[in-house]
Amino acid sequence: MDLADTPEDAEFRARLREWLGKVLPTLPPKPSPDDWPGRRAHDLGWQRTLYDAGYADVHWAAAPTVRLIFLEETERAGAPYVGANFVGLLHAGPTIAAEGSAGQRARWLPPILRGEEVWCQGFSEPDAGSDLASLRTRAWRDGDDYVVSGSKIWTSHAEVADWCELLVRTDPTAAKHRGITWLAMRMDAPGVTVRPLRTLAGSAEFAEVFLDEVRVPVAHRVGDENDGWRVTMVTLSFERGTAFVGEVVACRRVLGELAREARRNGRWDDPALRRRLGLLDAEFRALWRLTQWNVSEASAGGVPGVGGSVFKLRYSHARQELYDTAADVLGDEALDLDRPWVLDRLSSLSYTIAAGTSQIQRNIVAERILGLPKGR
Amino acid sequence: MTGHVGGRAVRAAGERGGDVRFQLTDDQRALRSGVRELLARRFGREALRAAVERPGLDRALWRELGTAGFFALRLPETAGGVGLGLPEAVLMFEEAGRALLPGPLVATHLAAGNVPGAAEGETVVAAADGGGLLEWRAAADVVLGDAVDAVPLRSVDPLTPLHRVPASDTPDPVAVLLTAAEQLGTATRACELAVQHARTRQQFGQPIGAFQAVKHLCAELLARVEVARAAVYAAAVTADPADIAAARLLADDAAVRGARDCLQVHGGMGFTWEADVHLLLKRAWVRARRAGGGAESEELLARELLSGAGR
Ligand SMILES: Cc1cc2nc3c(=O)[nH]c(=O)nc-3n(C[C@H](O)[C@H](O)[C@H](O)COP(=O)(O)OP(=O)(O)OC[C@H]3O[C@@H](n4cnc5c(N)ncnc54)[C@H](O)[C@@H]3O)c2cc1C
Repeated sequence: MDLADTPEDAEFRARLREWLGKVLPTLPPKPSPDDWPGRRAHDLGWQRTLYDAGYADVHWAAAPTVRLIFLEETERAGAPYVGANFVGLLHAGPTIAAEGSAGQRARWLPPILRGEEVWCQGFSEPDAGSDLASLRTRAWRDGDDYVVSGSKIWTSHAEVADWCELLVRTDPTAAKHRGITWLAMRMDAPGVTVRPLRTLAGSAEFAEVFLDEVRVPVAHRVGDENDGWRVTMVTLSFERGTAFVGEVVACRRVLGELAREARRNGRWDDPALRRRLGLLDAEFRALWRLTQWNVSEASAGGVPGVGGSVFKLRYSHARQELYDTAADVLGDEALDLDRPWVLDRLSSLSYTIAAGTSQIQRNIVAERILGLPKGR
Repeated sequence: MTGHVGGRAVRAAGERGGDVRFQLTDDQRALRSGVRELLARRFGREALRAAVERPGLDRALWRELGTAGFFALRLPETAGGVGLGLPEAVLMFEEAGRALLPGPLVATHLAAGNVPGAAEGETVVAAADGGGLLEWRAAADVVLGDAVDAVPLRSVDPLTPLHRVPASDTPDPVAVLLTAAEQLGTATRACELAVQHARTRQQFGQPIGAFQAVKHLCAELLARVEVARAAVYAAAVTADPADIAAARLLADDAAVRGARDCLQVHGGMGFTWEADVHLLLKRAWVRARRAGGGAESEELLARELLSGAGR
């Protein structure tokens, strides 16, 4: 067991840190949450900056330890979050890299890395959330195209996306897991309508997507027809296993800021609050160690295992506890939307729901790791 | 051109391959299975139950532990020790916790090299650990720390005799870490017992593990074990006081809440003297009070946050 940087890792870390120190002060300010075109441009601009410096493919091509160093250093330095690039960079891209044909990889991956195209995830439907495999959006073959009709919901970043990783039902007669296909759909294709949904935090982070006889070339299918559920599992394992890892470092930064704020406003004198902060620090330290453990286990670029569900389960709750503790530090000010952490507290409410609810993660841990029987 | 230097380093590192570092080495795996076999042979379920009925320290077993290097593990080879480090000690104590091995294991391990005979398992050493409790005073040959006014109490754990002593200076972080390793082992056993019972016990015509209320208790048990394991192993590698504090908090939680949930999964059986569950819980309670309990660890981490160190 070893946690120290190898000389190569240490060199990578030092060079990255130096580069961040130079480049971050030159970045434009963060746009407002309601300015979607601005946010897209900002997030893609950062990806382009990474690309130009040779860091664009760290998530895909680097050794696991290097990837963690990258996340650690960028978060510590306060570099921009992946934002609109989340789906492309952290789960659609890795899925295409793992399951796509050579032609598909050549078509879709470089624009993601260069910060030119945004992806969104069209999995959930009004009647298929936790029970994702019951999805009903239909796709028929018509020559070299699929013709797709149905509707998706909770599609994050749909308004600014170029592509959608889309799950459709290609065989309605097969058992529910067997008739699903994974497609890449252009969001500007005729028949795609996006209707933004306002979240409880006030902004429109996700949308409904209506599909009315949208034509998707058969060549845009990743994996075989009706083999989409297997591909979906690959996508979800990236989403649950590795996509949130960098946020742990960010949470530890916030925790330090909370302690300093408590010291400033006097809340620090309350031992119950101090101990709550100390316990949270223990939790986030451990989550980071768990990440290092899991990542050491998976080989570079490999598909993370169901162990990601353990991480996702604990992390979601820890993040909510973090912002509830922030409210404890802020007191009355926790009700003022202009105070830092108040919006974050609202967003944290989605963590136990998005990317599979905590109840579903517990089912996965119990059934797939512990081998307990499925309920009837 | 210069801009791509970073990218090249990335690929070079990626090509290194087999870059698995925060994982057990083959030697560490071998050590762990060696200890596990020894304890399964010498302190299996029957021995555990026999020890409950006839409390007292098994001196023959203690010497065997000594021969196996349990106490001399971290002493340099030049001093007749095994010459291994904290990570190996943590793996060994994890196994001890899994087997619910009784005795002042941590105190004797820490005394090896200082108290004659401790390393070999000839001398049993008890120590006041900085908190207000002293374990195994009567059975020990040597008692370290202030035990003059020690007052016996009727220990909740049938396998850990306790005395009350004056709380003293700050506890030894290594003792705290080894305790966390024992807690981790006990938590692992609680998870295993719960899952085994959930798979086999039938109600309403199906294994109770098919009910979500039970299933989710088991999932949380495992999650607590895995998070604690990462924290304990990392603390063994860094030996950083803040990492040790974190490991302690998570391991205490994994063991105490793990044993509670394991009890719940067992139903009425869990409330019996006959089932092993209560032994897990009681030992976990005793260890959670070592070195004065977890509050000081929380305060230490809070101070650490303010100073901005460790980030
Ligand atoms: C902020 C946010 C962003 C999202 N972004 C996307 C996106 O980009 N693309 C996308 O496809 N989806 C997205 N989602 C959707 C998300 O994946 C679903 O909301 C989630 O899977 C739950 O589905 P549901 O909302 O239909 O809830 P339901 O499945 O109806 O669940 C309701 C409640 O029932 C419980 N429940 C359901 N089934 C079980 C069971 N078997 N056992 C125990 N409890 C159960 C759930 O845990 C939950 O508490 C997003 C969601 C949020 C909140």
